[in-house]
Parts: sequence; structure tokens; C-alpha cells
Amino acid sequence: MRPLSPSIPEKEFVLEALGQGLRVDGRAPLEMRQPVLTFGPEFGYVECSLGKTKVICSIDAKMVRPSPERLFEGVISLHSEISPMASTEYEAGYGRPSDAEVEISRMLDKILRRSDAIDKESLCVLAGQRVWHLKLTFHFLSDSGNMLDCACLAGITALRHFRRPEVEVVGEEVIVHAPEERAPLPLAIHHTPLCFTFALFNDSLPALLDPSHLEETLCAGTMSIALNAQKELCVLQKAGGVAMEADAILKLLEIGVMKAKELDKLIEEALAADFATRVVEVR
Amino acid sequence: MTDTVFVLPGDAVPATGPTLKLGPGLLKLHDTPTPASSSVIATKAGTLHHDSRRVKWWVESNARRYVPAAQEGVIGVVAHKAGEGYRVDIGGAHPASLDGLAFEGASKRNRPMLKVGALVYARVSLAHKDMEPELQCYDAQTRKSEGFGELKGGFMQKCSLGTCRALLDPAHWLLPLLGARFPLEAAVGVNGRVWFKAPDARQTIAVARCIDMLDGRPETSAAEMKLFLDSLDT
Repeated sequence: MRPLSPSIPEKEFVLEALGQGLRVDGRAPLEMRQPVLTFGPEFGYVECSLGKTKVICSIDAKMVRPSPERLFEGVISLHSEISPMASTEYEAGYGRPSDAEVEISRMLDKILRRSDAIDKESLCVLAGQRVWHLKLTFHFLSDSGNMLDCACLAGITALRHFRRPEVEVVGEEVIVHAPEERAPLPLAIHHTPLCFTFALFNDSLPALLDPSHLEETLCAGTMSIALNAQKELCVLQKAGGVAMEADAILKLLEIGVMKAKELDKLIEEALAADFATRVVEVR
Repeated sequence: MTDTVFVLPGDAVPATGPTLKLGPGLLKLHDTPTPASSSVIATKAGTLHHDSRRVKWWVESNARRYVPAAQEGVIGVVAHKAGEGYRVDIGGAHPASLDGLAFEGASKRNRPMLKVGALVYARVSLAHKDMEPELQCYDAQTRKSEGFGELKGGFMQKCSLGTCRALLDPAHWLLPLLGARFPLEAAVGVNGRVWFKAPDARQTIAVARCIDMLDGRPETSAAEMKLFLDSLDT
């Protein structure tokens, strides 16, 4: 079934309340829902929820032969398919991905892979012969708006949580050590890009950070900003034809920087809390 | 009935008697070997309930997707006009059809005009697994509107089907609690949608948040909700 546009009363009320600076879920316009990060039993398995939106990212690594053009680099691939589990609006993909899916996949690719967050050369095991292939799989469990930010947060946290097995190269031979033998190693990560999506409205209504599903469908456009806590801008995407002044964009960027610092701390704390519970046993 | 009985799909249900009324989630088998043996099975998982005379039986469980069943009150969104009637989204697998004449006092000349996107509170008049559901905006016996019809203004909040059924219970505390604080109009559809209208946007938001809170934590007590309401500025 194609996505239905919201009913007239819903639309009118959301816009009316927004005119008074109110959001239906009681948040301030630039307030995010508190993200909750839960880790699975394995390394690189992260469940992230923003309110009722929930995304799981899991990573697995395997050894492959590198591509002939990039002999010294590892491979990172992202798989994000939105199933009807997330919401009735999504159909089971009969081969052709939906627009929402294409948008989210492309943004995740830009933010997590092409922003060079992961040092791909460190994934090389034996030049031209063996490299690590990291496969990030996203599972969209529930859509209550802003799945992109949620998926991005799950993805980057999963990358920072992930540990790959230690390998030893003797001549041409590669020995992979089991986690019981030698402690698995974290990935070499340059920076932590985080994504923030704003819903934009016409008629001088305020921009909304972390839009809910209803706000997402009612807005005239969105702007997604991906940056890290060091004020380095990675991706800026503006969808929809809302005219914006340069000053307004800079203002949103500043908010993004502020939120990125907060979120970076949250990830740090969540990871520290999780690793405190894990005992890495090395014989 | 003191102890709750859980049933799984396929479980036999001890419903016997000359007249039985089976609610959603129960199925009567026609080809049982002996008429005396129980020929009713459950088709969904949940708790089994029956009335005091053991005539009406039904299975209750919580879900997020609505399966239409006859005589249930639902809230739908008009998806488009189709000839004389409307196609209405009620959250089920298929859109329901609402005839243009299925309103109180409607005639060929005088019938309500609904816009695409309008909300209607209607009763499912036909629900068959092989057919599209049909809606009516009047009571089956009296043919009066009895509150059915277009819902103008206000706001609609989505929640789980279990929360909706809980709110429909006249003994449930939430709607009276809210209604005591400010004038409130509400319609609860069993398809996971609640419509309400309060004079002020802040109050409407308060209702939406209370329903959302109850949906997230069904065991929330009235006292907790009162504290939550006090913290909101209504």
C-alpha cells in the first residue's frame, strides 16, 4: 500500500501547535528524543532507539581478496533493507527498493563509509591477497520517524564497539587467532560522524530537530547534517524546496555541533559501561 | 472467571451449547466427527474470555495491526472518493468502503460530503476474509448516527489495539481523569486510533502524551498519570 498522507485534523493540529512553538510529543523544537543504546552479546551488535524508532546494526567481518584497483584497502559494505516490520507503509521489497530506502541507504553510505571514518588501509592483512571485509547490516525494527539518525547512530556505535580477531602473517600465510587465544582488536577509527535531521516548514515555522513520523510526513523539506564533535562537517543534505537563508543554515549547523558533542559523550559512556561488563579472557 | 486461560492457534476451546456467539480469534469447525465434541478452535494466541452464560466467547491479545471484525467501531481516514462512496483506510490490510448513503438521514439528494483526508468514526458492517470490509456511519438497529460520522478538528493519536480496548472500557480511569480537567471530546476506534478534541492545543497535546504513556506502559496507575499531568502545563 502506498503511504497515506496524514488526515486533515492531524495536519491542521500539528501546524497549529507548531505555530505556538509546541510539538505533539511535548518536546521543544530543537530537542532530541533521548537515544538509548543497547549492546548484544557479540561485538558490533548495537540496538539504538530514539523514542519508538528502533534500529539494529550488526557487523561481521570476513577475509576476502581485495579489489584489483585497491589492493591495500579493506572493504566496507552496508546493507539496509526496510521491511514491513518497521511500519505498514513499507512493502516487502520485490527487488526494487522504495524511495525511503534509497535515501537512507545513500545517506548511510555517505556518512559511515565515504566520510573515511574507518581507516580502510588498516583493514589490509596481506597486500593484494587478503583484506578484511566489514559488513554492516541494518535492521529497521520500528519507524516512528527519523530512522536515518537512529541508523547512523547505531552504525557508528557498532563500528566503535566492534572487535576484529587478531591476525598474524608469517610469510605468505595468514593465521587468524580465535578470541579466546588473543584479545580481538578494535577498528582504527578516524572520527565519529553523527547525523542530525531537521524538518523544515514554510511560513516561518520553526525547524524541528529529530522529527517524529508525523512531522516528517508533514514537513516541506528536511535537512540532514552529518558532522563530528570536532566541528568537521561530513555531509549536508537538503531535501525539499524550502528556501532558507544562509544564516539559518549556519544556525542549524551550530546546533548540530552542540548536539554532536553531547551525543559523542553519550556513545563514549555507553561503550565504557558495556566494556566494563565484559571480561576479555586471554590465555 | 478467576483464572485466565491462554489459547494458541489450533487449541480446542470448550465452547459448547445450542447457541454460541464467537468473537474474533475463534473458528467453528464444520466437519467434526461427533457433534458432541468441541468444534471450536482458536485462530490466534491470547487469553480466552466468555460471558457469564457461556454464550459469547472471544480471544483477547495485544497487537498493532488491525484485522477488521463486524460491528466494531473504527476510526478511518478517507483515502479517496469512489463513485457514490468513499474508500477509507482503517489500518487493516485492505481499505474499507463506505457508501455515500450509509449516514443517518442520507438520501440521493442530501448526503454528507467528505473530503479526502477527513476522519470518520464508523462501524464495520461487513468483515469477510475474502471481501473488502464495509463501513456504515449509523447504528444497525436504530439507524441513527449514535456518534458515528465525520470527526472535525481535534487530533488523532495512534496506539496499540490493546490500549484502545482498555480505553473503551467504561471503567477505565484515563478519559474521565482528563475530562475532569478540561472539556474533552473523544472517540476511540478499536483499530488503534483515538481521536480527541480539547479547547486548547496544550491540552490536546497533554491527552496525546497521556495516551502515548499508557501505550508504552500499560500498568501506569492513575496516581502516576495525575503527577504526569500536573507536570505538564495545561
